[in-house]
Amino acid sequence: METKNIMIVGVGGQGTLLASKLLGRLLLSRGYDVKVSEVHGMSQRGGSVVTYVRWGDRVYSPIIDKGQADCILSFEILEAARYTEYLKPGGRIIVNSQQINPMPVVAGVAEYPENLEEKLKKLGGNVDALDALALAEEAGSSKAVNLVLMGRLARYFDFTQEEWQAAINQSVPPKFLELNKKAFQLGWNT
Amino acid sequence: MKTLMLGNEAVARGLYEAGCCFVSSYPGTPSTEITECAAKYEELYAEWAPNEKVALEAALGASLAGKRSFCGMKHVGLNVAADPLFTISYSGVNAGLVIGVADDAGMHSSQNEQDSRHYARAAKIPMLEPSDSAEALKFAKLAYELSERFDTAVLIKMCTRVSHSQSVVETGERVLPEQRKYEKNPTKYIMMPANAKKRHPEVEKRTLALRDWAETAEINRVDSGQNSDCGIVTSSTCYQYVKEAFGDTYPVLKLGMIWPMPEQKIRDFAASVKKLVVVEELDGFIETHCRNLGLLVSGKDLFSNIGELSQNLVKEKLGGKVQTGASLEEDIPARPPVMCAGCPHRSIFYVLKKLKLTVLGDIGCYTLGAVAPLGAIDTTVCMGASVSGLHGFVKAGDEENAGKTVAVIGDSTFIHSGVTGLINIAYNESNATVIILDNSITGMTGHQQNPTTGYNLKGDPCTKIDLENLCHAVGIGRVRVVDPYDMETCQTVIKEELAAKEPSVIISRRPCALLKYVKHPGPICVDSEKCKGCKACMSIGCPAISMVEGKAKIDTTLCVGCGVCGQLCKFGALDSENIPEWR
Repeated sequence: METKNIMIVGVGGQGTLLASKLLGRLLLSRGYDVKVSEVHGMSQRGGSVVTYVRWGDRVYSPIIDKGQADCILSFEILEAARYTEYLKPGGRIIVNSQQINPMPVVAGVAEYPENLEEKLKKLGGNVDALDALALAEEAGSSKAVNLVLMGRLARYFDFTQEEWQAAINQSVPPKFLELNKKAFQLGWNT
Repeated sequence: MKTLMLGNEAVARGLYEAGCCFVSSYPGTPSTEITECAAKYEELYAEWAPNEKVALEAALGASLAGKRSFCGMKHVGLNVAADPLFTISYSGVNAGLVIGVADDAGMHSSQNEQDSRHYARAAKIPMLEPSDSAEALKFAKLAYELSERFDTAVLIKMCTRVSHSQSVVETGERVLPEQRKYEKNPTKYIMMPANAKKRHPEVEKRTLALRDWAETAEINRVDSGQNSDCGIVTSSTCYQYVKEAFGDTYPVLKLGMIWPMPEQKIRDFAASVKKLVVVEELDGFIETHCRNLGLLVSGKDLFSNIGELSQNLVKEKLGGKVQTGASLEEDIPARPPVMCAGCPHRSIFYVLKKLKLTVLGDIGCYTLGAVAPLGAIDTTVCMGASVSGLHGFVKAGDEENAGKTVAVIGDSTFIHSGVTGLINIAYNESNATVIILDNSITGMTGHQQNPTTGYNLKGDPCTKIDLENLCHAVGIGRVRVVDPYDMETCQTVIKEELAAKEPSVIISRRPCALLKYVKHPGPICVDSEKCKGCKACMSIGCPAISMVEGKAKIDTTLCVGCGVCGQLCKFGALDSENIPEWR
């Protein structure tokens, strides 16, 4: 099997690492060779963060290069726009339509581009946009954005909801289980 | 059992399986998780030391006492530990001693891009270089065998992509080697000139013996390829890029031990291919070795010695074609890291900027005080350089310098190497003002305990170094403590201490806003009728504040209610029902 590639991008602090951790575990349980590459340290402080998940018969490089991503899962829409060069022709972008202003925009020295969703669609990929923040709030906490997006990502895999749920149960504290379950469901169904 | 592990976690697993009993390290991205993961094994004693030099010397002590030991650090940490490193090379070890060092090509979280492989050659210490997690585990175990067999410390060199990538490992059982006894051996362990002169030839002999070992070691292996027009020598994560780019097309000599390198094996490989190419990140280390062997070789003429490589880059430079995706024709604003909402460092930098001071900075989250709109830091070099540099800056400058210059340094960094600079300030009497940003944790590397927090690496309560008493004890008379959220008092105290005619320390104390035990009052509300859109609140660079249609808007998912923005608002538009008392 040819190596498959998913890039998970977002803003440091949004919980992108949990998504890659869960996905990595599930793929390993199917017997694939898996590599997951993370970013730690300074950029985690509100910077642009990227995680790579790769799986197949034999995976060499831990990173995804330009033109290689089958899918970009973006926790924020500007971050999806930043990494389109990494998408394979015809690849899929799953994107949280939430706008988080980077400091140059906050400070007024740069502008946040307008109509990004339309522009992403014009590039020719499959764009699946959703308001994950609203859905997370509906589930009970704005912090559950990562579970909403994981729920949406899960639609494109052939793992059952039960398999996903089992992986989530292993990774999140019990007191947040109900919230996370609901957030995952909302992402999956909406 | 097959499982996914970070490269760092796999090194820790290797330590565990090899029967390592003692770990002493200082945190630093991308090395930190080796020690954090090691600490999770109950059988392993693991600690954070005040700095890398102390950590390595402690690990040597444990080795001499007869236990397998480990010391981990980032690349710049090895500079701090270089003093013991070069002489441990002479004394050798008793039980196995392994040193983990993680480079950061691409400078994801570092102040320079040094190539630590040079240390192996310079200190004449063997260095293993894993290319994924499975090798990280295997090489950690092998390192102990080599350490004891060749009587040397062994370096394991990681890099960001190996340290912070998860890949599949198969774990084994812990095997505890027989405890070695400490036996007095002055000619080996007392490195004074007469003894060291006798040890140096032993070091050179050892390197030759290790080179012989490298000739036949299975970790230096050839992957055969169909097309011998080109043969590639590589190691570490670059091996993965080469295999990703070319699969089994070209033969590959993969070096698992980067120092000392084999000679005959490389010559034989070179003779079997038409063209020899070295693919390596940063400096041309393997390439230089090949040239020294008189081989015609290509390397840094193709690949930059700056930044990271990747599979596309390797493919392109060696004549392959790559496809890239479509990019948006749009200016995408950068998203640099910023201080978190509620960060206790933010307000101090606002005050320093307002007072138009020269600020000598240091290494930690607070280095972000250099970024716009705060832009309050003048220099950042290395751990401790703010305090030591301030002394020189004040001594060499005029009287005015002293009244206009401060050093800022975090609690962990101060203990690491700021306190020695402070001793210099007291001893040599410079009129310096040092601000310790005490956020009660080692922040940037992800919340590690340190000697000022009162907890150890395992999370148990322990002796807490009292910063005020420490500063007094080294001879600083004026020591003040402020709450950084209270900007007015901070400003007054900083002015007073700058005006004082003797050295002083200001401890700005408030725990990191991300610590779980820190309770926050909850988000600030904007009274949009009172808000005049003057943007005064924007000058602190808080990621939770933005301007929407001419009015301040608070992102309630980020805002913790520190109240600093409210202190800047002349119109009382930024408030909450739970107004904190420092307002």
